[in-house]
Amino acid sequence: MTPTGGRKLLSSLFVAFCAGAVLLALIPLALILFFVISQGVVSLNLAFFTHMPTPVGEAGGGMANSIVGTLILSGLAAAMAVPIGIVSGIYMSEYAGTRFAAAVRFAADTLNGVPSIVIGLFAYVVAVLPFKQFSAFAGGFALGLMMIPIIARTTEELLLLVPGTMREGALALGATRARAVFSVVLPAALPGIVTGVVLALARIAGETAPLLFTAFNNRFFSTSLRQPISSLTVQVYTYATGPYEDWHRQAWAGALVLVSIVLICSLLARLATRRLERMHARN
Amino acid sequence: MPKSKSRSDVAFRIGTGAFGFLLIALVCGIGVILAIESMPSIQKFGLSFWRTEIWDPVAGEFGALPFIWGTLYSSVLALLIATPIALGIAIFISELCPAALRQPLVFITELLAAIPSIVYGLWGIFVLVPAVRAVETSLPASLRALPLFSGPPLGLGMLSAALILAIMVIPFISSISREVLKSVPPAQREGAYALGATRFEAIRAAVFYARTGIIGAVMLGFGRALGETMAVTMVIGNNPKVAVSLFAPQYTMAAVVANEFAEAADRLYLSALVEIGLVLFIITLIINSFSRLLIWSMARTDKVVAEPVEAEAAA
Repeated sequence: MTPTGGRKLLSSLFVAFCAGAVLLALIPLALILFFVISQGVVSLNLAFFTHMPTPVGEAGGGMANSIVGTLILSGLAAAMAVPIGIVSGIYMSEYAGTRFAAAVRFAADTLNGVPSIVIGLFAYVVAVLPFKQFSAFAGGFALGLMMIPIIARTTEELLLLVPGTMREGALALGATRARAVFSVVLPAALPGIVTGVVLALARIAGETAPLLFTAFNNRFFSTSLRQPISSLTVQVYTYATGPYEDWHRQAWAGALVLVSIVLICSLLARLATRRLERMHARN
Repeated sequence: MPKSKSRSDVAFRIGTGAFGFLLIALVCGIGVILAIESMPSIQKFGLSFWRTEIWDPVAGEFGALPFIWGTLYSSVLALLIATPIALGIAIFISELCPAALRQPLVFITELLAAIPSIVYGLWGIFVLVPAVRAVETSLPASLRALPLFSGPPLGLGMLSAALILAIMVIPFISSISREVLKSVPPAQREGAYALGATRFEAIRAAVFYARTGIIGAVMLGFGRALGETMAVTMVIGNNPKVAVSLFAPQYTMAAVVANEFAEAADRLYLSALVEIGLVLFIITLIINSFSRLLIWSMARTDKVVAEPVEAEAAA
Protein backbone atom coordinates (compact mmCIF):
# COMPACT_ATOMS: atom_id res chain seq x y z
CA MET A 1 0.00 0.00 0.00
CA THR A 2 1.49 3.34 -0.95
CA PRO A 3 1.12 6.16 1.54
CA THR A 4 -1.79 8.45 0.88
CA GLY A 5 -1.26 12.11 0.07
CA GLY A 6 -1.85 13.41 3.59
CA ARG A 7 0.61 11.06 5.19
CA LYS A 8 3.19 11.76 2.51
CA LEU A 9 2.79 15.49 3.03
CA LEU A 10 3.13 15.14 6.80
CA SER A 11 6.30 13.14 6.30
CA SER A 12 7.83 15.73 3.98
CA LEU A 13 6.87 18.52 6.38
CA PHE A 14 8.58 16.62 9.15
CA VAL A 15 11.79 16.20 7.16
CA ALA A 16 11.68 19.90 6.33
CA PHE A 17 11.22 20.74 10.02
CA CYS A 18 14.28 18.72 11.02
CA ALA A 19 16.44 20.28 8.32
CA GLY A 20 15.11 23.68 9.36
CA ALA A 21 16.11 22.98 12.97
CA VAL A 22 19.68 22.35 11.84
CA LEU A 23 19.75 25.62 9.89
CA LEU A 24 18.22 27.47 12.83
CA ALA A 25 20.98 26.25 15.14
CA LEU A 26 23.62 27.26 12.60
CA ILE A 27 22.44 30.88 12.67
CA PRO A 28 23.62 31.70 16.23
CA LEU A 29 26.85 29.80 15.67
CA ALA A 30 27.56 31.75 12.50
CA LEU A 31 26.61 35.04 14.17
CA ILE A 32 28.79 34.41 17.21
CA LEU A 33 31.79 33.40 15.12
CA PHE A 34 31.22 36.35 12.79
CA PHE A 35 31.14 38.94 15.59
CA VAL A 36 33.94 37.41 17.61
CA ILE A 37 36.20 37.24 14.56
CA SER A 38 35.27 40.59 12.97
CA GLN A 39 35.34 42.53 16.27
CA GLY A 40 38.26 40.57 17.67
CA VAL A 41 40.57 40.82 14.67
CA VAL A 42 40.32 44.61 14.68
CA SER A 43 41.38 44.78 18.32
CA LEU A 44 43.89 41.99 18.38
CA ASN A 45 47.53 42.95 17.96
CA LEU A 46 50.90 42.01 19.33
CA ALA A 47 50.50 44.42 22.25
CA PHE A 48 47.51 42.36 23.38
CA PHE A 49 49.84 39.46 24.13
CA THR A 50 52.85 41.38 25.41
CA HIS A 51 51.50 44.45 27.20
CA MET A 52 49.84 44.95 30.56
CA PRO A 53 46.43 46.57 30.94
CA THR A 54 46.63 50.37 30.88
CA PRO A 55 45.11 52.51 33.65
CA VAL A 56 41.42 53.32 33.23
CA GLY A 57 40.80 55.87 30.50
CA GLU A 58 44.08 55.28 28.72
CA ALA A 59 43.71 53.45 25.42
CA GLY A 60 45.82 50.52 24.27
CA GLY A 61 47.51 47.95 26.40
CA GLY A 62 47.02 44.21 26.46
CA MET A 63 46.27 41.21 28.59
CA ALA A 64 49.73 39.69 29.07
CA ASN A 65 49.06 39.11 32.76
CA SER A 66 45.72 37.44 32.07
CA ILE A 67 47.17 35.13 29.44
CA VAL A 68 49.94 33.99 31.79
CA GLY A 69 47.33 33.66 34.54
CA THR A 70 45.12 31.41 32.43
CA LEU A 71 48.14 29.24 31.58
CA ILE A 72 49.11 28.93 35.25
CA LEU A 73 45.54 28.17 36.34
CA SER A 74 45.11 25.53 33.64
CA GLY A 75 48.46 24.00 34.57
CA LEU A 76 47.49 23.79 38.22
CA ALA A 77 44.14 22.24 37.30
CA ALA A 78 45.82 19.64 35.09
CA ALA A 79 48.42 18.80 37.74
CA MET A 80 45.58 17.99 40.10
CA ALA A 81 43.05 16.43 37.76
CA VAL A 82 45.16 14.30 35.42
CA PRO A 83 46.51 11.85 38.03
CA ILE A 84 43.24 11.61 39.96
CA GLY A 85 41.16 11.38 36.79
CA ILE A 86 43.32 8.75 35.10
CA VAL A 87 43.67 6.50 38.15
CA SER A 88 39.96 6.61 38.99
CA GLY A 89 39.27 5.97 35.28
CA ILE A 90 41.51 2.90 35.51
CA TYR A 91 39.52 1.69 38.51
CA MET A 92 36.20 2.13 36.69
CA SER A 93 37.36 0.19 33.64
CA GLU A 94 39.32 -2.57 35.43
CA TYR A 95 36.52 -3.33 37.86
CA ALA A 96 33.75 -2.26 35.52
CA GLY A 97 31.14 -4.74 36.75
CA THR A 98 31.44 -4.00 40.44
CA ARG A 99 28.95 -2.00 42.44
CA PHE A 100 31.65 0.34 43.74
CA ALA A 101 32.76 1.14 40.19
CA ALA A 102 29.15 2.05 39.38
CA ALA A 103 29.12 4.34 42.41
CA VAL A 104 32.35 6.01 41.27
CA ARG A 105 30.90 6.46 37.79
CA PHE A 106 27.78 7.99 39.27
CA ALA A 107 29.91 10.35 41.37
CA ALA A 108 31.92 11.36 38.30
CA ASP A 109 28.77 12.13 36.32
CA THR A 110 27.31 14.01 39.26
CA LEU A 111 30.46 16.07 39.69
CA ASN A 112 30.35 16.82 35.97
CA GLY A 113 26.82 18.14 36.33
CA VAL A 114 27.50 20.39 39.33
CA PRO A 115 27.06 24.01 38.21
CA SER A 116 30.43 25.73 37.89
CA ILE A 117 29.38 28.51 40.26
CA VAL A 118 28.72 25.91 42.97
CA ILE A 119 32.22 24.46 42.40
CA GLY A 120 33.49 28.01 42.92
CA LEU A 121 31.62 28.29 46.24
CA PHE A 122 33.05 24.98 47.43
CA ALA A 123 36.58 25.98 46.43
CA TYR A 124 36.09 29.30 48.22
CA VAL A 125 35.16 27.61 51.48
CA VAL A 126 37.93 25.00 51.23
CA ALA A 127 40.81 26.95 49.68
CA VAL A 128 40.18 30.66 50.25
CA LEU A 129 38.47 30.98 53.63
CA PRO A 130 41.16 29.17 55.70
CA PHE A 131 43.92 31.38 54.24
CA LYS A 132 41.83 34.56 54.15
CA GLN A 133 43.28 35.21 50.71
CA PHE A 134 42.12 34.82 47.10
CA SER A 135 44.83 32.85 45.32
CA ALA A 136 45.90 31.24 42.07
CA PHE A 137 46.05 28.02 44.02
CA ALA A 138 42.35 28.23 44.90
CA GLY A 139 41.45 28.99 41.27
CA GLY A 140 43.48 26.02 40.01
CA PHE A 141 41.79 23.85 42.62
CA ALA A 142 38.33 24.91 41.42
CA LEU A 143 39.20 24.28 37.77
CA GLY A 144 40.81 20.96 38.71
CA LEU A 145 37.57 19.84 40.37
CA MET A 146 35.76 20.47 37.09
CA MET A 147 38.41 18.63 35.10
CA ILE A 148 38.55 15.42 37.19
CA PRO A 149 35.26 13.87 36.04
CA ILE A 150 35.93 14.67 32.38
CA ILE A 151 39.30 12.93 32.45
CA ALA A 152 38.05 10.04 34.56
CA ARG A 153 35.20 9.23 32.16
CA THR A 154 37.36 9.66 29.04
CA THR A 155 40.03 7.37 30.47
CA GLU A 156 37.44 4.79 31.41
CA GLU A 157 35.85 4.78 27.97
CA LEU A 158 39.17 4.58 26.14
CA LEU A 159 40.53 1.79 28.35
CA LEU A 160 37.39 -0.24 27.71
CA LEU A 161 38.12 0.04 23.98
CA VAL A 162 41.51 -1.68 24.37
CA PRO A 163 41.03 -5.32 23.28
CA GLY A 164 40.70 -7.64 26.27
CA THR A 165 43.18 -10.04 24.65
CA MET A 166 46.01 -7.56 25.31
CA ARG A 167 45.32 -7.52 29.02
CA GLU A 168 44.83 -11.28 29.11
CA GLY A 169 48.10 -11.80 27.24
CA ALA A 170 50.02 -9.80 29.81
CA LEU A 171 48.30 -11.56 32.70
CA ALA A 172 49.00 -14.97 31.09
CA LEU A 173 52.70 -14.07 30.95
CA GLY A 174 52.59 -13.71 34.72
CA ALA A 175 52.25 -9.94 34.95
CA THR A 176 50.51 -8.52 37.98
CA ARG A 177 47.33 -6.56 37.38
CA ALA A 178 49.18 -3.29 37.97
CA ARG A 179 51.91 -4.29 35.51
CA ALA A 180 49.35 -5.31 32.88
CA VAL A 181 47.52 -2.03 33.21
CA PHE A 182 50.47 0.34 33.38
CA SER A 183 52.71 -1.26 30.76
CA VAL A 184 50.21 -2.75 28.31
CA VAL A 185 46.65 -1.44 28.54
CA LEU A 186 47.30 2.20 29.45
CA PRO A 187 49.99 2.78 26.77
CA ALA A 188 47.62 1.37 24.14
CA ALA A 189 45.00 3.94 25.10
CA LEU A 190 47.40 6.79 25.80
CA PRO A 191 47.04 8.78 22.55
CA GLY A 192 43.29 8.92 23.08
CA ILE A 193 43.68 9.92 26.71
CA VAL A 194 46.07 12.72 25.77
CA THR A 195 43.46 13.97 23.30
CA GLY A 196 40.87 13.87 26.06
CA VAL A 197 43.15 15.88 28.37
CA VAL A 198 43.68 18.52 25.67
CA LEU A 199 39.92 18.86 25.17
CA ALA A 200 39.36 19.09 28.90
CA LEU A 201 42.02 21.81 29.14
CA ALA A 202 40.32 23.77 26.37
CA ARG A 203 37.05 23.59 28.27
CA ILE A 204 38.63 24.57 31.57
CA ALA A 205 40.48 27.54 30.08
CA GLY A 206 37.10 28.98 29.09
CA GLU A 207 35.57 28.80 32.58
CA THR A 208 34.79 32.03 34.39
CA ALA A 209 32.34 31.38 37.22
CA PRO A 210 34.60 29.14 39.36
CA LEU A 211 37.34 31.81 39.27
CA LEU A 212 35.30 34.83 40.34
CA PHE A 213 35.93 34.37 44.05
CA THR A 214 38.83 31.93 44.07
CA ALA A 215 41.54 33.27 41.77
CA PHE A 216 39.69 36.60 41.71
CA ASN A 217 41.56 39.05 39.46
CA ASN A 218 44.80 40.96 39.56
CA ARG A 219 45.67 44.16 37.73
CA PHE A 220 49.33 43.35 38.00
CA PHE A 221 51.61 40.73 36.61
CA SER A 222 51.74 37.90 39.09
CA THR A 223 52.97 34.34 38.97
CA SER A 224 52.67 33.73 42.68
CA LEU A 225 50.36 30.86 43.55
CA ARG A 226 49.44 32.50 46.83
CA GLN A 227 48.28 35.77 45.30
CA PRO A 228 45.14 36.53 43.37
CA ILE A 229 45.76 36.07 39.66
CA SER A 230 44.17 37.39 36.51
CA SER A 231 42.67 35.15 33.84
CA LEU A 232 41.47 35.77 30.31
CA THR A 233 37.88 34.88 31.13
CA VAL A 234 37.51 37.00 34.25
CA GLN A 235 39.28 39.89 32.50
CA VAL A 236 36.89 39.61 29.53
CA TYR A 237 34.00 39.66 32.01
CA THR A 238 35.34 42.78 33.71
CA TYR A 239 35.89 44.53 30.41
CA ALA A 240 32.58 43.45 28.86
CA THR A 241 30.51 44.72 31.78
CA GLY A 242 32.55 47.93 32.13
CA PRO A 243 31.52 51.28 30.70
CA TYR A 244 34.47 52.06 28.42
CA GLU A 245 34.57 51.64 24.67
CA ASP A 246 38.22 50.61 24.80
CA TRP A 247 37.44 47.94 27.37
CA HIS A 248 34.81 46.44 25.06
CA ARG A 249 37.36 46.34 22.28
CA GLN A 250 39.75 44.41 24.55
CA ALA A 251 36.93 42.08 25.60
CA TRP A 252 36.30 41.10 21.97
CA ALA A 253 40.01 40.47 21.47
CA GLY A 254 40.02 38.27 24.56
CA ALA A 255 36.97 36.40 23.30
CA LEU A 256 38.70 35.79 19.99
CA VAL A 257 41.69 34.27 21.79
CA LEU A 258 39.37 32.05 23.88
CA VAL A 259 37.41 30.87 20.85
CA SER A 260 40.63 30.22 18.94
CA ILE A 261 41.92 28.03 21.78
CA VAL A 262 38.71 26.01 21.72
CA LEU A 263 38.65 25.79 17.95
CA ILE A 264 42.27 24.72 17.58
CA CYS A 265 41.99 22.14 20.35
CA SER A 266 38.81 20.60 18.91
CA LEU A 267 40.29 20.47 15.42
CA LEU A 268 43.48 18.83 16.71
CA ALA A 269 41.47 16.37 18.76
CA ARG A 270 39.32 15.52 15.76
CA LEU A 271 42.35 14.90 13.57
CA ALA A 272 43.91 12.76 16.30
CA THR A 273 40.80 10.65 16.82
CA ARG A 274 40.53 10.14 13.08
CA ARG A 275 44.07 8.82 12.99
CA LEU A 276 43.38 6.60 15.95
CA GLU A 277 40.27 5.25 14.30
CA ARG A 278 42.22 4.45 11.16
CA MET A 279 44.90 2.72 13.23
CA HIS A 280 42.27 0.62 14.98
CA ALA A 281 40.66 -0.22 11.68
CA ARG A 282 43.98 -1.54 10.37
CA ASN A 283 44.60 -3.71 13.41
CA MET B 1 49.03 -18.23 41.65
CA PRO B 2 51.94 -17.01 43.81
CA LYS B 3 50.88 -15.22 46.92
CA SER B 4 52.89 -12.06 46.21
CA LYS B 5 51.06 -11.58 42.92
CA SER B 6 47.63 -11.86 44.45
CA ARG B 7 48.74 -9.48 47.19
CA SER B 8 49.94 -7.01 44.58
CA ASP B 9 46.60 -7.30 42.83
CA VAL B 10 44.73 -6.54 46.03
CA ALA B 11 46.98 -3.53 46.60
CA PHE B 12 46.28 -2.35 43.05
CA ARG B 13 42.57 -2.67 43.54
CA ILE B 14 42.63 -0.79 46.83
CA GLY B 15 45.05 1.82 45.51
CA THR B 16 43.04 2.69 42.42
CA GLY B 17 39.80 2.29 44.35
CA ALA B 18 40.99 4.97 46.78
CA PHE B 19 41.07 7.47 43.92
CA GLY B 20 37.59 6.39 42.92
CA PHE B 21 36.49 6.88 46.51
CA LEU B 22 37.94 10.37 46.35
CA LEU B 23 35.38 11.26 43.66
CA ILE B 24 32.52 10.03 45.83
CA ALA B 25 33.97 11.90 48.81
CA LEU B 26 34.18 15.09 46.74
CA VAL B 27 30.52 15.00 45.79
CA CYS B 28 29.51 14.37 49.42
CA GLY B 29 32.03 16.97 50.56
CA ILE B 30 30.49 19.68 48.39
CA GLY B 31 27.07 19.04 49.90
CA VAL B 32 28.30 18.86 53.50
CA ILE B 33 30.59 21.91 53.31
CA LEU B 34 27.96 24.08 51.66
CA ALA B 35 25.38 22.93 54.23
CA ILE B 36 27.69 23.85 57.12
CA GLU B 37 28.46 27.25 55.65
CA SER B 38 24.80 28.06 55.08
CA MET B 39 23.82 27.20 58.67
CA PRO B 40 23.64 30.84 59.91
CA SER B 41 21.19 31.69 57.13
CA ILE B 42 19.19 28.47 57.51
CA GLN B 43 18.88 29.01 61.27
CA LYS B 44 17.94 32.64 60.98
CA PHE B 45 15.41 32.47 58.14
CA GLY B 46 14.38 28.82 57.92
CA LEU B 47 11.99 28.05 55.08
CA SER B 48 10.74 31.63 54.84
CA PHE B 49 14.02 32.33 53.03
CA TRP B 50 12.47 30.72 49.95
CA ARG B 51 9.11 32.47 50.29
CA THR B 52 10.32 36.02 50.80
CA GLU B 53 10.65 38.41 47.91
CA ILE B 54 12.78 41.07 49.56
CA TRP B 55 16.53 40.96 48.93
CA ASP B 56 18.12 43.85 50.75
CA PRO B 57 21.67 43.06 51.90
CA VAL B 58 22.12 46.52 53.40
CA ALA B 59 19.14 46.07 55.72
CA GLY B 60 20.10 42.43 56.34
CA GLU B 61 16.90 41.13 54.74
CA PHE B 62 17.36 38.08 52.58
CA GLY B 63 14.60 36.37 50.61
CA ALA B 64 15.51 34.12 47.73
CA LEU B 65 12.14 33.79 46.01
CA PRO B 66 13.07 36.09 43.07
CA PHE B 67 16.15 33.99 42.32
CA ILE B 68 14.45 30.63 42.38
CA TRP B 69 11.65 32.10 40.27
CA GLY B 70 14.06 33.61 37.74
CA THR B 71 16.08 30.40 37.54
CA LEU B 72 13.07 28.17 36.93
CA TYR B 73 11.34 30.63 34.60
CA SER B 74 14.38 31.19 32.38
CA SER B 75 15.24 27.49 32.25
CA VAL B 76 11.70 26.38 31.43
CA LEU B 77 11.42 29.02 28.69
CA ALA B 78 14.81 27.96 27.33
CA LEU B 79 13.72 24.34 27.20
CA LEU B 80 10.46 25.23 25.45
CA ILE B 81 12.52 26.85 22.71
CA ALA B 82 15.39 24.38 22.68
CA THR B 83 13.65 21.01 22.88
CA PRO B 84 11.91 20.92 19.47
CA ILE B 85 14.99 22.33 17.75
CA ALA B 86 17.40 19.99 19.52
CA LEU B 87 15.25 16.94 18.74
CA GLY B 88 14.93 18.07 15.13
CA ILE B 89 18.71 18.27 14.88
CA ALA B 90 19.21 14.90 16.57
CA ILE B 91 16.71 13.25 14.24
CA PHE B 92 18.15 14.95 11.18
CA ILE B 93 21.69 13.85 12.00
CA SER B 94 20.92 10.31 13.08
CA GLU B 95 18.04 9.40 10.77
CA LEU B 96 17.78 11.66 7.78
CA CYS B 97 21.01 13.25 6.65
CA PRO B 98 23.35 11.84 4.01
CA ALA B 99 26.31 10.00 5.55
CA ALA B 100 28.83 12.50 4.20
CA LEU B 101 27.11 15.34 6.04
CA ARG B 102 26.90 13.56 9.37
CA GLN B 103 30.42 14.09 10.74
CA PRO B 104 30.62 17.79 9.83
CA LEU B 105 27.23 18.44 11.42
CA VAL B 106 28.22 16.61 14.59
CA PHE B 107 31.41 18.65 14.68
CA ILE B 108 29.53 21.92 14.24
CA THR B 109 27.01 21.20 16.99
CA GLU B 110 29.86 20.17 19.29
CA LEU B 111 31.56 23.46 18.53
CA LEU B 112 28.44 25.30 19.63
CA ALA B 113 28.72 23.40 22.92
CA ALA B 114 32.43 24.17 23.29
CA ILE B 115 32.20 27.96 23.03
CA PRO B 116 32.88 29.38 26.50
CA SER B 117 29.94 30.79 28.43
CA ILE B 118 31.68 34.16 28.77
CA VAL B 119 31.83 34.48 24.96
CA TYR B 120 28.08 33.81 24.77
CA GLY B 121 27.66 36.50 27.39
CA LEU B 122 29.78 39.04 25.53
CA TRP B 123 27.88 38.35 22.32
CA GLY B 124 24.66 38.52 24.30
CA ILE B 125 25.39 42.00 25.67
CA PHE B 126 26.48 43.59 22.42
CA VAL B 127 24.50 41.72 19.75
CA LEU B 128 21.56 39.78 21.16
CA VAL B 129 20.31 42.34 23.70
CA PRO B 130 20.13 45.24 21.20
CA ALA B 131 18.36 42.93 18.74
CA VAL B 132 15.87 41.83 21.39
CA ARG B 133 15.32 45.47 22.37
CA ALA B 134 14.56 46.32 18.75
CA VAL B 135 12.02 43.50 18.56
CA GLU B 136 10.49 44.54 21.88
CA THR B 137 10.06 48.18 20.85
CA SER B 138 8.51 47.22 17.53
CA LEU B 139 5.85 45.09 19.20
CA PRO B 140 2.36 46.51 18.62
CA ALA B 141 0.75 48.28 21.57
CA SER B 142 -2.09 45.78 21.72
CA LEU B 143 0.38 43.02 22.55
CA ARG B 144 2.32 45.26 24.90
CA ALA B 145 -0.82 45.53 27.01
CA LEU B 146 -0.54 41.83 27.87
CA PRO B 147 1.17 41.06 31.19
CA LEU B 148 3.61 38.80 29.32
CA PHE B 149 5.01 41.80 27.43
CA SER B 150 4.49 44.57 29.94
CA GLY B 151 7.13 46.98 31.14
CA PRO B 152 9.73 49.07 29.35
CA PRO B 153 11.57 47.33 26.48
CA LEU B 154 15.10 47.25 27.87
CA GLY B 155 16.48 44.30 25.96
CA LEU B 156 18.19 43.15 29.14
CA GLY B 157 15.76 40.75 30.73
CA MET B 158 14.05 37.40 30.78
CA LEU B 159 13.62 37.07 27.01
CA SER B 160 17.31 37.57 26.27
CA ALA B 161 18.28 35.17 29.04
CA ALA B 162 15.90 32.48 27.78
CA LEU B 163 17.16 32.86 24.21
CA ILE B 164 20.82 32.62 25.11
CA LEU B 165 20.16 29.65 27.41
CA ALA B 166 18.27 27.93 24.61
CA ILE B 167 21.19 28.39 22.22
CA MET B 168 23.52 26.95 24.84
CA VAL B 169 21.52 23.83 25.71
CA ILE B 170 20.50 22.90 22.16
CA PRO B 171 23.81 21.16 21.33
CA PHE B 172 23.73 19.44 24.71
CA ILE B 173 20.24 17.97 24.34
CA SER B 174 20.73 17.09 20.70
CA SER B 175 23.97 15.18 21.24
CA ILE B 176 22.50 13.04 24.03
CA SER B 177 19.29 12.42 22.08
CA ARG B 178 21.42 11.39 19.13
CA GLU B 179 23.22 8.81 21.30
CA VAL B 180 19.87 7.58 22.56
CA LEU B 181 18.44 7.28 19.03
CA LYS B 182 21.56 5.39 17.99
CA SER B 183 20.73 2.72 20.53
CA VAL B 184 17.30 2.05 19.00
CA PRO B 185 17.51 -1.32 17.20
CA PRO B 186 17.19 -0.91 13.40
CA ALA B 187 14.43 -3.51 13.48
CA GLN B 188 12.13 -0.87 14.99
CA ARG B 189 12.38 1.30 11.88
CA GLU B 190 12.56 -1.61 9.43
CA GLY B 191 9.44 -3.07 10.95
CA ALA B 192 7.63 0.22 10.48
CA TYR B 193 8.80 0.54 6.87
CA ALA B 194 7.77 -3.05 6.18
CA LEU B 195 4.25 -2.16 7.31
CA GLY B 196 4.19 0.65 4.75
CA ALA B 197 5.09 3.51 7.05
CA THR B 198 6.27 6.85 5.72
CA ARG B 199 9.58 8.21 6.88
CA PHE B 200 7.85 10.29 9.54
CA GLU B 201 5.94 7.30 10.84
CA ALA B 202 9.06 5.12 10.99
CA ILE B 203 10.99 7.81 12.85
CA ARG B 204 8.04 8.34 15.15
CA ALA B 205 8.25 4.65 16.01
CA ALA B 206 11.97 4.96 16.75
CA VAL B 207 11.46 8.09 18.85
CA PHE B 208 8.62 6.43 20.72
CA TYR B 209 10.89 3.47 21.45
CA ALA B 210 13.56 5.86 22.72
CA ARG B 211 11.16 8.09 24.68
CA THR B 212 12.59 7.45 28.17
CA GLY B 213 16.10 8.26 27.00
CA ILE B 214 14.95 11.38 25.19
CA ILE B 215 13.09 12.63 28.25
CA GLY B 216 16.31 12.00 30.15
CA ALA B 217 18.26 14.05 27.60
CA VAL B 218 15.84 16.98 27.89
CA MET B 219 16.02 16.84 31.67
CA LEU B 220 19.82 16.84 31.59
CA GLY B 221 19.54 19.96 29.46
CA PHE B 222 17.26 21.43 32.12
CA GLY B 223 19.92 20.73 34.75
CA ARG B 224 22.48 22.49 32.58
CA ALA B 225 20.26 25.52 32.10
CA LEU B 226 19.55 25.86 35.84
CA GLY B 227 23.24 26.10 36.66
CA GLU B 228 24.40 28.21 33.74
CA THR B 229 26.00 31.32 35.14
CA MET B 230 28.00 33.81 33.11
CA ALA B 231 25.96 34.28 29.96
CA VAL B 232 22.72 34.60 31.92
CA THR B 233 24.25 36.99 34.44
CA MET B 234 25.29 39.26 31.59
CA VAL B 235 21.91 39.52 29.86
CA ILE B 236 19.12 38.95 32.41
CA GLY B 237 19.31 42.42 33.96
CA ASN B 238 19.99 41.33 37.55
CA ASN B 239 16.92 42.70 39.25
CA PRO B 240 15.60 40.68 42.22
CA LYS B 241 11.88 41.00 41.44
CA VAL B 242 9.39 38.27 40.66
CA ALA B 243 7.76 39.11 37.33
CA VAL B 244 5.83 37.33 34.62
CA SER B 245 6.79 39.72 31.86
CA LEU B 246 9.38 38.51 29.36
CA PHE B 247 10.68 42.07 29.15
CA ALA B 248 11.33 42.43 32.86
CA PRO B 249 14.90 42.32 34.12
CA GLN B 250 15.14 39.47 36.59
CA TYR B 251 17.76 37.46 38.43
CA THR B 252 18.84 33.82 38.80
CA MET B 253 20.38 31.85 41.65
CA ALA B 254 23.68 31.35 39.86
CA ALA B 255 23.80 35.00 38.80
CA VAL B 256 23.29 36.44 42.28
CA VAL B 257 26.08 34.28 43.67
CA ALA B 258 28.39 35.28 40.80
CA ASN B 259 27.62 38.98 41.21
CA GLU B 260 27.51 39.47 44.94
CA PHE B 261 29.62 36.79 46.58
CA ALA B 262 33.02 38.45 46.20
CA GLU B 263 31.63 41.67 47.67
CA ALA B 264 29.50 40.20 50.42
CA ALA B 265 30.95 41.50 53.64
CA ASP B 266 29.09 40.12 56.63
CA ARG B 267 28.65 36.51 57.62
CA LEU B 268 24.88 36.36 57.21
CA TYR B 269 25.07 37.76 53.67
CA LEU B 270 27.74 35.20 52.67
CA SER B 271 25.77 32.45 54.32
CA ALA B 272 22.58 33.42 52.47
CA LEU B 273 24.45 33.25 49.15
CA VAL B 274 25.97 29.88 50.05
CA GLU B 275 22.48 28.61 50.88
CA ILE B 276 21.35 29.61 47.40
CA GLY B 277 24.34 27.66 46.03
CA LEU B 278 23.46 24.68 48.20
CA VAL B 279 19.90 24.55 46.94
CA LEU B 280 21.11 24.93 43.34
CA PHE B 281 23.46 22.00 44.00
CA ILE B 282 20.65 19.86 45.42
CA ILE B 283 18.21 20.67 42.59
CA THR B 284 20.75 19.89 39.85
CA LEU B 285 21.81 16.74 41.73
CA ILE B 286 18.25 15.43 41.82
CA ILE B 287 17.50 16.34 38.21
CA ASN B 288 20.75 14.92 36.88
CA SER B 289 20.45 11.68 38.85
CA PHE B 290 16.88 11.16 37.74
CA SER B 291 17.64 11.83 34.09
CA ARG B 292 20.68 9.52 34.14
CA LEU B 293 18.47 6.87 35.67
CA LEU B 294 16.07 7.26 32.74
CA ILE B 295 18.89 7.03 30.19
CA TRP B 296 20.45 4.05 31.96
CA SER B 297 17.16 2.22 32.32
CA MET B 298 16.73 2.47 28.57
CA ALA B 299 20.23 1.09 27.95
CA ARG B 300 19.44 -1.78 30.29
CA THR B 301 16.15 -2.79 28.70
CA ASP B 302 18.07 -2.94 25.42
CA LYS B 303 20.38 -5.48 26.96
CA VAL B 304 17.50 -7.55 28.26
CA VAL B 305 16.03 -7.64 24.77
CA ALA B 306 19.38 -8.43 23.19
CA GLU B 307 20.59 -11.15 25.52
CA PRO B 308 18.26 -14.02 24.66
CA VAL B 309 19.21 -13.64 20.99
CA GLU B 310 22.87 -14.01 21.87
CA ALA B 311 22.09 -16.99 24.05
CA GLU B 312 20.32 -18.68 21.18
CA ALA B 313 23.21 -18.00 18.87
CA ALA B 314 25.62 -19.46 21.41
CA ALA B 315 23.52 -22.59 21.77
